[in-house]
Amino acid sequence: MAQFGTAQPTFRQKLLRLNWELVLLIILTASIGFAMLYSAANGNLDPWASRQMSRFAVGLAMMLCVALIDIRLWLRTAYPIYALCLGLLAAVEIMGSIGMGAQRWLNLGFFQLQPSEVMKIAVILALARYFHGFDVDEAGRLRNLWIPVLIVVAPIALVLRQPDLGTAMTVAMVGGAMFWLGGARLWQFGVVAAGVAAAVPVAWQFLHAYQKQRIFTFLSPESDPLGAGYHILQSKIALGSGGMFGKGFLEGTQSHLNFLPEKQTDFIFTMLAEEFGLIGGVGLIALYGLLIAYGIFIAFRCRSQFARLLAMGLTVNFFLYVFINIAMVMGILPVVGVPLPLISYGGTAMLTVLIGFGLIMSCWLHRDMYINRRGGLA
Amino acid sequence: MNSRDNDRQKFFTRRAALLAGGQFGLLTALVGRMYYLQVVESERYQTLAEENRINMRLIPPSRGRILDRFGVPVAVNQQNYRVLIKSENTPDVPAVLDRLAMIISIDADEKARILKEIRRTKKFVPVTVREFLEWEDVARLEVNAPDLPGVTIDVGERRFYPNGIAAAHVLGYVGAPRREDLTGDPLLELPGFRIGRSGIERAFDKPLRGSAGASQLEVTAVGRVIRELDRQEGDKGRDVVLTMDMALQRAAMRRLGEEAGSVVVMDVATGGLIVQASTPSFDPNAFTEGLSNAQWRALADNERAPLRNKAIAGEYAPGSTFKMIVALAALEEGVITPRSRYFCSGHMEVGDGRFHCWRREGHGHVDLERGIAESCDVYFYEIARKIGIDTIAKMAERFGLGSKLALDVPGERSGLIPTKSWKRAVIGQPWVLGETLVAGIGQGFVLTTPLQLATMTARMVNGGKAVLPHLARDRMFREDMIARGKPEYPSINVDPAHLKILMDTMEKVTDDPRGTAHAARIKRPDMSMAGKTGTAQVRRISLRERESGVRKNEELPWRFRDHALFVGYAPIENPRYAISVVVEHGGGGSSVAAPIARDVMIETLERDPARLAPGADVAGLGGPERQGT
Repeated sequence: MAQFGTAQPTFRQKLLRLNWELVLLIILTASIGFAMLYSAANGNLDPWASRQMSRFAVGLAMMLCVALIDIRLWLRTAYPIYALCLGLLAAVEIMGSIGMGAQRWLNLGFFQLQPSEVMKIAVILALARYFHGFDVDEAGRLRNLWIPVLIVVAPIALVLRQPDLGTAMTVAMVGGAMFWLGGARLWQFGVVAAGVAAAVPVAWQFLHAYQKQRIFTFLSPESDPLGAGYHILQSKIALGSGGMFGKGFLEGTQSHLNFLPEKQTDFIFTMLAEEFGLIGGVGLIALYGLLIAYGIFIAFRCRSQFARLLAMGLTVNFFLYVFINIAMVMGILPVVGVPLPLISYGGTAMLTVLIGFGLIMSCWLHRDMYINRRGGLA
Repeated sequence: MNSRDNDRQKFFTRRAALLAGGQFGLLTALVGRMYYLQVVESERYQTLAEENRINMRLIPPSRGRILDRFGVPVAVNQQNYRVLIKSENTPDVPAVLDRLAMIISIDADEKARILKEIRRTKKFVPVTVREFLEWEDVARLEVNAPDLPGVTIDVGERRFYPNGIAAAHVLGYVGAPRREDLTGDPLLELPGFRIGRSGIERAFDKPLRGSAGASQLEVTAVGRVIRELDRQEGDKGRDVVLTMDMALQRAAMRRLGEEAGSVVVMDVATGGLIVQASTPSFDPNAFTEGLSNAQWRALADNERAPLRNKAIAGEYAPGSTFKMIVALAALEEGVITPRSRYFCSGHMEVGDGRFHCWRREGHGHVDLERGIAESCDVYFYEIARKIGIDTIAKMAERFGLGSKLALDVPGERSGLIPTKSWKRAVIGQPWVLGETLVAGIGQGFVLTTPLQLATMTARMVNGGKAVLPHLARDRMFREDMIARGKPEYPSINVDPAHLKILMDTMEKVTDDPRGTAHAARIKRPDMSMAGKTGTAQVRRISLRERESGVRKNEELPWRFRDHALFVGYAPIENPRYAISVVVEHGGGGSSVAAPIARDVMIETLERDPARLAPGADVAGLGGPERQGT
């Protein structure tokens, strides 16, 4: 392949080859988010849309930087990044237990960082790095699997203590996807599935009352329309009343009269579907589908196992945000507090998603690069 | 290495393809779910969204007025100025309340209550600081508005009775609905809504109330109103027109003065009550604002029972006013003629008992005319003994005594006309002759209400028609029929000649110098009144007391004194009005009740609509057509 281009593209080449159409898709999706935040504030840029825009600008710049960085650097720093994130997560946990309540973020002054969000990327990086070093049949051996299991379980344990069930499950699912792609055997998944099934009754005991309540509520929201079921019910009413074409921009009654909770964050999809109807909602899902397809396409085109795993893992992560959030507001998953990527108001999620795309683009830019198992050129 | 990498790539591609397939499968499932919610179930959710968004708010209807027979409003709605405070617009609520207190004086308790209510309610919901503001206070608040952020003045409606105590018993009052009044009608649950609690206000509550309007409001999830989407005005309550003449009512109340008693003046043809006075009274306006416990106790515990409508719920022995009934029963039975005479020696012996006449020295030979005019008791002992209690009772019932008369104001009592079977059933003892004699002079078991006495008199002088009393012109269908010469009231089937005899004897009561009410006759040549006095003993006079000389009534404690009664009608030719006066523990009928009746009757004749405005269509009279009858 070397004769068609260089395995090590120059900075100028990288800029030219960067998948700008993916960047455009991301900007388009984020713009829909700005419009929805503008609507959520009853037609005001304040307090959400304007701040979201500036964050997005910063995030976009970071995404491009991440994309242009040599992918081998990411491979080499995968474990340190993982360690740093785990440390931050532990710091939040310790501070929380010292008496600041159930805090999930670190205040960095200009920005509140939620380590559990960044942790997802760190896990993907670390697992991609790990599986990069093994052949498929080697990777599936049990003696080679306990380290990646630890990589996944350690952050889950910390996140669960916060307690943040949503993030814990997402990390578990992303980890599972990485195992699946990396070479774990089918029977191993079977064993884990059986173990999880057996552990559920035990885990139930450790759930907080509000978490149990959320699950009950999810199973039957109509049973408690004014209490815990209120959010789901109002969300379904908002969605359903939107109909085929929606009530029009800024005209959503459920959202503007505050029947819809958290309309600028977790329930922003509901507001979109109320104002733009099935057309708008399916349009956005299609847009997400396009972004996901792009990620998968990049993963298929990569020559190195690390880039493949990284691109696919990040795509799965992005998909999980989209799916869990939308399924949650439509009442087919419990309310676990997962934002709608690129659209929900919130700094860390936006940053994480953009960094994720940055890494995917880095995979694209370095797709033809063979990387040896220690991170050098082949 | 290459082949190992190729293996790895194939493996990855295979598994990644499966994963991708799974992802797109799930995204498709989301689209399916959206289709289900937004297309299949959409209508249901649209309904729910509208229910969320739209809040129906009732607009309370304006309560109908009550008018007297001349159209003078006697119960009206006044503007009720209220001071409200909205904490949302008030940066420092306690400070603003302090400034407010300099204008309308708010004490510490009240301030605590307001602050508590502000804490409890949402910050955009106004809290009432004070109701029923005087106009001057409103003006001062308006001037100081810049210093009172968040303070607003709001106008509601409040019931007002311009005549205060004068017709409290008839009009009644309004109050907040009690739990048992709630019928599920949301109007009743509106804060500040009042319903009729007694009198006309209660009896005609439905028509007076009207029907509520509704306002469709768009609200937020916490209930803040965004805008009004639609508004349907309700129907305001209907006015109720009374047969009463308010000016006359006031005059009657004034004339009763400090006495505890009642005056009823009735149109003898229609049964419409022109006056229905009861003293002492109370101020119904106080009930609108809500009585304090102490105020309520003071009213309820008062010996003279200001809360009781004595005209319809006071039961008194009719005394000598009952003698017409006894005489009529005897005439109808053919037991006596106007010429029949009995000797009165001052008392009468029956068995072991001695029955006294009010005149100890006796009346000598007494015929019907003297019997009534001078109210000889022995004469009536004699004829009562002849006809028996059951015959008397039957006649009394024909004149409306002993039962309720279906008055359109609640609270009427039935009185009591005893019979032999009644005594056996209720007291469990056989009737004795002495009780017949006592009943013959309207004492003993006999109890009547002033309303019944007026009705009795009206039936006696209107040609024997069984008129029924009423206060609201809503019964005008009846009056209309009378006006068109089609009297609806049935006859009581008493020989008109006998009624004429009685009316002649009642004329003697005022006309004859020996008549018990001669001193209280109307002296004006253009007016005349006939009637009958009565003095009802409240307590039994013991033999020992009688021997040691009966104490004068005035020497007794108030509650043991005799009731003074008078029934009458006017004018003597073509009677138009019947009157009954009862003064509780007032003393003699001729000295106390008759003068009151005279003065009220003069006023009544003065204010006769035909005299005031000839040909005018006046409530309770049926208009000019009636002039001919």
